Amino acid sequence: MVSLLDIIGPVMVGPSSSHTAGACRIGLLARCLIGGTPERGVLQLHGSFARTGEGHGTDKALVAGLLGFRPDDEKIRTALQIAEREGLDYRFEKTTIADAAHPNTVRVTVERGDTTATLLGSSLGAGRILIHEIDGYPVEVTGNLETLVLVAEDRKGSIARITSILAEHDVNIATLRLTRKERGGDAFIVIECDEHPDAGALAEIRGLDWVRWARSLDRVSGGG
Amino acid sequence: MYKSLADAIAEAERQGCRLADVALAAEARDQGRKTEDIRAALKRALDVMRGAIEKGNEGDLKSASGLVGGDAAKLRVGRGPLAETAFRDILTRALAVQEVNAAMGVIVAAPTAGGAGVLPAVLTGLAKAKNVPDERVVDALATAGLIGAVVAERASLSGAEGGCQAETGAAAGMAAGAATEMLGGTPKQAGHAVALTMQGMLGLVCDPLGGLVELPCVFRNATGSAMAMAGIEMAMAGIEFAIPVDEVIDVMGEIGREMDVRYRETAGGGLAATPTGRRLAKERLYQIKRSEG
Repeated sequence: MVSLLDIIGPVMVGPSSSHTAGACRIGLLARCLIGGTPERGVLQLHGSFARTGEGHGTDKALVAGLLGFRPDDEKIRTALQIAEREGLDYRFEKTTIADAAHPNTVRVTVERGDTTATLLGSSLGAGRILIHEIDGYPVEVTGNLETLVLVAEDRKGSIARITSILAEHDVNIATLRLTRKERGGDAFIVIECDEHPDAGALAEIRGLDWVRWARSLDRVSGGG
Repeated sequence: MYKSLADAIAEAERQGCRLADVALAAEARDQGRKTEDIRAALKRALDVMRGAIEKGNEGDLKSASGLVGGDAAKLRVGRGPLAETAFRDILTRALAVQEVNAAMGVIVAAPTAGGAGVLPAVLTGLAKAKNVPDERVVDALATAGLIGAVVAERASLSGAEGGCQAETGAAAGMAAGAATEMLGGTPKQAGHAVALTMQGMLGLVCDPLGGLVELPCVFRNATGSAMAMAGIEMAMAGIEFAIPVDEVIDVMGEIGREMDVRYRETAGGGLAATPTGRRLAKERLYQIKRSEG
């Protein structure tokens, strides 16, 4: 749902809400997937991101997001130099992802220690973003809410257990989506929450022996 | 949020209130936020808008490529036929914000960064000329947000999807509707102001030199503000536009979808593809690369 504060906002460093602010938000979510600044990042630019990204500072903004800078942070201007100092090894590629992909689309692959993650995200205009894919699983993450992403064994009762942990930690669920590639294969679960799931909730979920991997994605859009 | 301005106008008329009230109530309901928090966020946006106008007026900004900057300061003391008028002040403000944006300064995307000059220029310029208190300007930002949300739902706010009509065109429509209400117009008049303004921006292509949000973007924000002023003036005189505002927005989306990709922020057509446009882009992009080492 479109928020007034997405339209009158974000407060951001110029020059382009889609190519600068939206790109920064996609970078921020990629960073969340691996829990911090990546050591390596490959950024595959599609469509208008590839054609006009440089002039719009898309490269700086994506890297700024990976470094944890928000769209209104003036450090975006010097993000590429800061990345070098902080040991973030980034590489840009121009590519065509799919005929139907939104014109402002990027595939981000990040590595930190032995954790890697890949996401496919589009910048929809006015700074709004949509993550279509995480590690090959179809998702719809807008960054408008706190989001939990987890990979678990496909087994009965898994959702019930996870949702009860969230309820015990006073987190209300806004949306929940489970997808899997095959029966009995891994299930990919995306839960958008009204409240930030605290470290205790995340630790408890990670402690379940059938949960392979769980991450909390910050709210990066939705006004203030 | 509303998906139709006609619905929002009907709701305001039913309750005997303004579009701003309808917008704030819908936002509070949708997002689970307190109205006072939404107003506080809009007030912060207004402060950033004013800060950008001030910074741009100082006139010592240059964009990454050096193609734009310093023109707001020039217009402020120019000797054209609009000298000393609120209209000229508004054009100056639009240039100022957009020059700050091009220099990677801090602005409020409203609805986008490329069109960020129009709304602050029209609202703060008219507020100054007509002594409108800040509280009413904050209300006007809520009205503008409602109009922009409807455009986002029905058409697009992205130059890459819909051309400049979706960015400065949407911004001009938002500014016109919001300012009309701010100055005492009815919700219905505000709707006509949006339609009367956006009809004048239909088909406008997004053709920035080298893909940079610089040229013509900075100047499009001034001319877009002028279009909003025309819409406000006509609507407040009681002029009605025969095509309903939602249909004007729908057709903007349709034109955008049919627009060739060259005219959608790719720098493949329009001013970007003129002989001089191509030459300047090549020279300046080379300079940017060199200056960054």
